[in-house]
Amino acid sequence: MADQIHSTKLQDKTERNVFFLLIMLAVLLSVGGLVEIVPLFYLKDTMEHNRQANIDAGKTIIWDRQGKALSEWKAGDGVRPYTPLELAGRDIYLREGCYTCHSQMIRPFRDEKERYGHYSLASESMYDHPFQWGSKRTGPDLARVGGKYSDQWHILHLNAPRTVVPESVMPNYPWLEKGSVDAGHIAEVMRAMRVVGVPYTDADIATASEIQGKSEMQAVVAYLQVLGTMVKFDDSHNYRD
Amino acid sequence: MSAQVEKYSFDVVRWFTVMAVVYLVVGTLVGVYIASELAWPVLNMDMAELTFGRLRPLHTNAVIFAFGGCALMATGFYTVQRTCGVRLWSDKLAWFVFWGWNLVIVAAVITLPLGLTSGKEYAELQWPLDIAIALVWVAFTLNFVMTVAVRKTSHIYVSNWFYMGMMVMITYLHVVNSLAIPVGLWHSYSIFSGVQDAMIQWWYGHNAVGYYLTAGFLGIMYYFVPKQANRPVFSYRLSVIHFWALMFGYVWLGAHHLQYTALPDWTGSLGAAVSLAMIIPSWGGAINGMMTLSGAWDKLRNDYILRFLIMSLAFYAMSTFEGPVMSSKTVNALSHYTDWTVGHVHSGALGWVVMVAAGALYHMIEKLWDTKMYSASLVNTHFWLATIGAVVYITAMWVSGIMQGLMWRDYDEFGTLTYTFAESVAAMHPYYAMRAIGGMIYWLGGAVMLYNVVMTIRQASAQRSTAAAAA
Repeated sequence: MADQIHSTKLQDKTERNVFFLLIMLAVLLSVGGLVEIVPLFYLKDTMEHNRQANIDAGKTIIWDRQGKALSEWKAGDGVRPYTPLELAGRDIYLREGCYTCHSQMIRPFRDEKERYGHYSLASESMYDHPFQWGSKRTGPDLARVGGKYSDQWHILHLNAPRTVVPESVMPNYPWLEKGSVDAGHIAEVMRAMRVVGVPYTDADIATASEIQGKSEMQAVVAYLQVLGTMVKFDDSHNYRD
Repeated sequence: MSAQVEKYSFDVVRWFTVMAVVYLVVGTLVGVYIASELAWPVLNMDMAELTFGRLRPLHTNAVIFAFGGCALMATGFYTVQRTCGVRLWSDKLAWFVFWGWNLVIVAAVITLPLGLTSGKEYAELQWPLDIAIALVWVAFTLNFVMTVAVRKTSHIYVSNWFYMGMMVMITYLHVVNSLAIPVGLWHSYSIFSGVQDAMIQWWYGHNAVGYYLTAGFLGIMYYFVPKQANRPVFSYRLSVIHFWALMFGYVWLGAHHLQYTALPDWTGSLGAAVSLAMIIPSWGGAINGMMTLSGAWDKLRNDYILRFLIMSLAFYAMSTFEGPVMSSKTVNALSHYTDWTVGHVHSGALGWVVMVAAGALYHMIEKLWDTKMYSASLVNTHFWLATIGAVVYITAMWVSGIMQGLMWRDYDEFGTLTYTFAESVAAMHPYYAMRAIGGMIYWLGGAVMLYNVVMTIRQASAQRSTAAAAA
């Protein structure tokens, strides 16, 4: 009985030899991931700023820095790394789990364009370690919230959302005004980001010391106000294909 | 249960079993709390540690890794010994897995409310804990595989294929998705960014569902359904086909979470196409489980444990139908970012994962403590609370999800958006309240189970001491 083969020889061998089964699984389970993930690192068209059509049309997606300081960048100049204060704000955004209720990824639909703005590009989040596209909109998308409201509105809203949006279910964040950012920590974060590919210069990292004493509220607002403002979009141009 | 050594190492299984039930109650309680926060935001209490954004990762980690993990380790260590006819390869390693896993859970309970997170959904724990998880997981895998290697039976039983498929895949997923550059002990940043990070994250995220919560729990199904029904598995051939199809296919699905995003179209469409095909192996498993009962359906009338197992397969069939539907582009355009996704996850989690695990845990408890459940009617009470709670929850999320999707894209006769976002939030209130109530009912079922389990263990130890006194 024990020697009888109930199915194919291959299946029979697999069922009798645990190490053979493991090798079969290890190979089979790697295929899907390899096919879907690896090309994203080298296919040129994945990032819009590398697409020939966008280059030919003369569209600026990435900031051409030419040795300038981060503070010299103006909205619409193109995607750049976050300033130390924005980066500190982003750290707080991660800490508070904002991504559990807010997406940062606008899809190419008419209603999303009217509600939130131009659809998001892959290049816009190229310096986001980790990405914050989110998966749920309990609150609205924030990919282009930058510049839509005043700093004062954001401060009121973060302190007590229902004072400005009565229907909101967002928690109050009163501790942001009391907390202050740690410039030394942010300098370390910038160095870590540089290791994984964000092009911070030594001069950029040196500016981290300037944010010492700023409140967490100022940092979060700085981060929110830059979201989606980096690229100046041409509505008549299709950035994807 | 006497002084002599048991044939199998069941002590560690008993501990995992009890902890699984404890974590079920704790994890769903946190879920009920955060669900209530969305209905009544005053519950955030202006305390950072209690806000939705910090507790939501605690809820997901508690139910997936604490409850799900303990359930998988309890049933895994139990079934591998029973199906291989040998003791665990190493008792010491099994205890290392128990204490290691529970320490990680305790650390998660402390760090997540403090806001120490990597910011990646379902993988929030910081790098020292990620390393600890990897070590414990490999120890779990090694002990399991070596137990299979020294087995007395000639063939490896089907439940073990599923467990081992899960072990290999979860190792891949956890290691790759957790790659990060640390800054100090409690901060780290993914080495990937933007679109690549998104794809890796959802390859991880969907396969945590596909292998941990599906393949692993199918392993549970393949042992406990035939055992509880006292019938052989319906079809050996079907189990072979659906096993390999599931193993090969599920890996591809993650991309369907990113349709219409900045992920290249080919990747999202490929994910959606394979998702559609996955209904076949998924239903293969559901049918194989359900048909195991053919000729013995009458058992459902009075076997409440079997009811859990069969109801779980019904939910499994339903949510593996819903999943491919939601991954199709047309439906996804509406359902993405809405509560429908939350409802879908919970029909799988509450209906399939917890129900099949509850059936298995009840079955094991009777064997492990060599007794009957303290109260069969409380098992039945749990069954109905769980079923009703899950249905209320899912229904609330279907309605709110579809309504959100429709409100966001609605235009009035002048061609402008009909609703502000805030109006859609206000419209969700009754459904968020209903969801919290559904969750509460479900939680109550878990609490009944915990009470019943504690009483059963007390009853068993009382019986033992009487028997010892008599002898």
